[in-house]
Amino acid sequence: MFSYILRRIAQSVLVLFVVGLVAFAMFRFVGDPVETMLGQERTVEDIERLRENLGLNDPFFVQYANFLLRAAQGDLGISYRQGRPVAEIIAERLPATLELAAVSGAFALILGIVLGIFTAIRRNGFAANAIMTLSLIGVSLPTFLIGILLIYLFAVELSWLPSFGRGEVVQLGGWSTGFLTQSGLVALILPAITLGLYQMTLIMRLVRSEMLEVMRQDYIRFARARGLSQRAIHFRHALKNTLVPVITVTGLQLGSIIAFAIITETVFQWPGVGLLFINAIQFVDIPVMAAYLMLISVMFVGINLAVDLLYVAIDPRLRS
Amino acid sequence: MALLEIDNLTVQFPTRRKTFTAVKNAHLTVEAGQIHGLVGESGAGKSTIGAAVMGLLDPPGRITGGVIRFRGEEISGLDAAAMADLRGKKISMIFQDPLTSLNPLFTVGQQLVETIKAHLGLSEAEAEARAIDLIERVGIPNPKERVNQYPHQFSGGMRQRVVIALALCSEPDVIIADEPTTALDVSIQAQILDLIKGLARERQVGVILITHDMGVIADTTDVVTVMYMGEVVETGPTAQVLGKPDHPYTKSLIAAVPRPTLKLRRFPLISYGGRVTGFAIEDLARNWPKPEAERGAPLIEVEGITKRFVSKRALLPSRREYFTAVDAARFTINQGEVFGLVGESGSGKSTIARMIAGLYAVDGGTVRYGGRDVTATARGVPDWYRREIQMIFQDPYSSLNPRMRVDEIVAEPARHHGLLKGAALQARVSELLDRVGLGAEAGLKYPHEFSGGQRQRISIARALATQPRFLICDEPTSALDVSIQAQILNILKDLQEHLNLTMLFISHDLPVVRQMCDRVGVMKDGKLVEVAETEALFAAPQHPYTRELLSLMPRLDGLSDEGLAVA
Repeated sequence: MFSYILRRIAQSVLVLFVVGLVAFAMFRFVGDPVETMLGQERTVEDIERLRENLGLNDPFFVQYANFLLRAAQGDLGISYRQGRPVAEIIAERLPATLELAAVSGAFALILGIVLGIFTAIRRNGFAANAIMTLSLIGVSLPTFLIGILLIYLFAVELSWLPSFGRGEVVQLGGWSTGFLTQSGLVALILPAITLGLYQMTLIMRLVRSEMLEVMRQDYIRFARARGLSQRAIHFRHALKNTLVPVITVTGLQLGSIIAFAIITETVFQWPGVGLLFINAIQFVDIPVMAAYLMLISVMFVGINLAVDLLYVAIDPRLRS
Repeated sequence: MALLEIDNLTVQFPTRRKTFTAVKNAHLTVEAGQIHGLVGESGAGKSTIGAAVMGLLDPPGRITGGVIRFRGEEISGLDAAAMADLRGKKISMIFQDPLTSLNPLFTVGQQLVETIKAHLGLSEAEAEARAIDLIERVGIPNPKERVNQYPHQFSGGMRQRVVIALALCSEPDVIIADEPTTALDVSIQAQILDLIKGLARERQVGVILITHDMGVIADTTDVVTVMYMGEVVETGPTAQVLGKPDHPYTKSLIAAVPRPTLKLRRFPLISYGGRVTGFAIEDLARNWPKPEAERGAPLIEVEGITKRFVSKRALLPSRREYFTAVDAARFTINQGEVFGLVGESGSGKSTIARMIAGLYAVDGGTVRYGGRDVTATARGVPDWYRREIQMIFQDPYSSLNPRMRVDEIVAEPARHHGLLKGAALQARVSELLDRVGLGAEAGLKYPHEFSGGQRQRISIARALATQPRFLICDEPTSALDVSIQAQILNILKDLQEHLNLTMLFISHDLPVVRQMCDRVGVMKDGKLVEVAETEALFAAPQHPYTRELLSLMPRLDGLSDEGLAVA
């Protein structure tokens, strides 16, 4: 058990090193930062001095080690465009993205599991079939189109919900939250649905097919033969066995909710890190791009680690 | 009044194209304290009867005729709610595979307590006390600790005891046991059957024991009903039905049962219903290469081979724990003989076979084939040797690739070794399929179109494609019905006789081993404890473990000898 966790952590660290290498390589290969930083009237001495100061004359791997060391201490460099520390910019933007991801993740997970169970139990019912057909649309429509359609319907035609921004936010320490104001909560609805719809249909279809598979197992037959109630069979015996594969996919999906919030944030002008990243690409703001890449990989790796540990919590066979 | 009465029962599975009748006009009565055997081959409708009584027929199956009465009251027409009240409370069921009957994610105690509370309305603490009591009653030691363990922490036999404990939660009057010991070793089988017998005798439970195993029927049941293709063909007291069978199907079924006591030249085939398909192995002998060694010379020499598996992984090699699956096994197999390996599951029989075949690397010792070293390393075994040996596996369903056509499956080994191509390969494939009794046109079909026995014939044809000298058969018939088993075993006997093949024959079924093998090795916990001539081993076993195994073998003394041709 201990060695299992240790192995997982070692693997995670390895992944982070590799992603760090890719992020760092961007500095080296996407243009020369010295060119960008110094103006037209520069001397060879200026360039040399700046190179020395920035450590650009050191061997590649020494630079990489320094980069990692600084990144580990929270120093992600300075944005070329805004001239402010990247860590500070991200800290401003991150709450918006995380809150959006949390709400849409919860939406996808809860609704996905509930509908998945429903469509599995009422396999041939009218409602279940209708949901399955609708879910196909959810899977096949691209995110930006869903966003635009929702804006058109609920913001433009019905004027029920705002079409962009976070609404009013409240500062709690360094964290700006939209959860505490009405306009903040209302502003979350459309982007959260847009971002979570695809994941929701995916989880629902997965839960359904896993549940149908589990319902064919001998232990379900035996549970029936013992005279247990339908509810106990469906929600105790079948659901828990369904969860193991569902957790894997859900973990990855939660990661991509954060990573691919870019499109939703663009459509809804949501002031999160995704929008920051798009802007950074436009202006070749390499420190911001590198930091974003690192951040996403840390999240993916963290979620995967959590998934592996959850497996162990759910399935006693992995504990021995 | 009978405890359970099945009267003129018909169960049908209507599908779009036609209606399949699984059970037709079946009669069956169970009295309190009686064990009623229900025997027949797969597809005979035995399990369907069990499911119909429980109200657990898989849709679209339904009862289309007849009645089921419990204590005189009709239960076949009850609605779901009334049936759920009966199910598990008055009538319980035990399934075949204890590995899959228990939910792996809940402790044994949780599953027991849940069931007890569902039926008896006890408090949590009372239910827990009862759970511990039940576990103790089915003979599991340390019930207080084991109640908090998960199913995977129990051995197969102990799991089946847990399943029985679950079936006993509310003191049912009837237990339907559907092949309760088929997945278990003989010694465990005897214990579980004793437990079921005890329930019938001491607590007056009526038991329907569904099985395909005549040995279980002979040892356990009071009354037996024989089914064939959904119909009851014969019913009566066990001794009478087995000793003086009346119906021709019963007669041929009993004749096909391998006898532990006498060695036959060939197995009698079930002739009822015209199901026998011929095979002609002797025709293959004409262009089969002559063996290099003469009959009786050592072909395979196994010198102290050992296999260890890591049982507990750890970062540091010194902290790792190993399980020795095979411990310094030493034996030789002579040219032209059938060498048997017997033992319970986990004793290392299959591991030895896999090491000889080069599927597992050997951790110690050597294997020689015709005097040349063929010990399997991490890279496997030499190519020329692979061609000489072929394997036939236990499960005919998973050992054939479902996406490949049968002729491709049979041709693959010969093509892989570059032995034949084009028309010559096609001719070889057609000939092989023909000779194993499938007909050359079978090559155009896919595996799922065949029954278990036919698939095992495909496996045999595939194994013969490279014209091997040595066949490894790993439980080749334990997944098959007794009539099919007789056919497959006869094919294997023909192979040995006409093609002069040498065989390693692995089985847990002692009567089969007695019929098939010239010499036998007995395995226990990875060690080869005894090697002897088959007849000598059965007549005078030397090792205490061999004696124990032989004593657990069903006697089958009362079986009719009609239709047997003794060697």
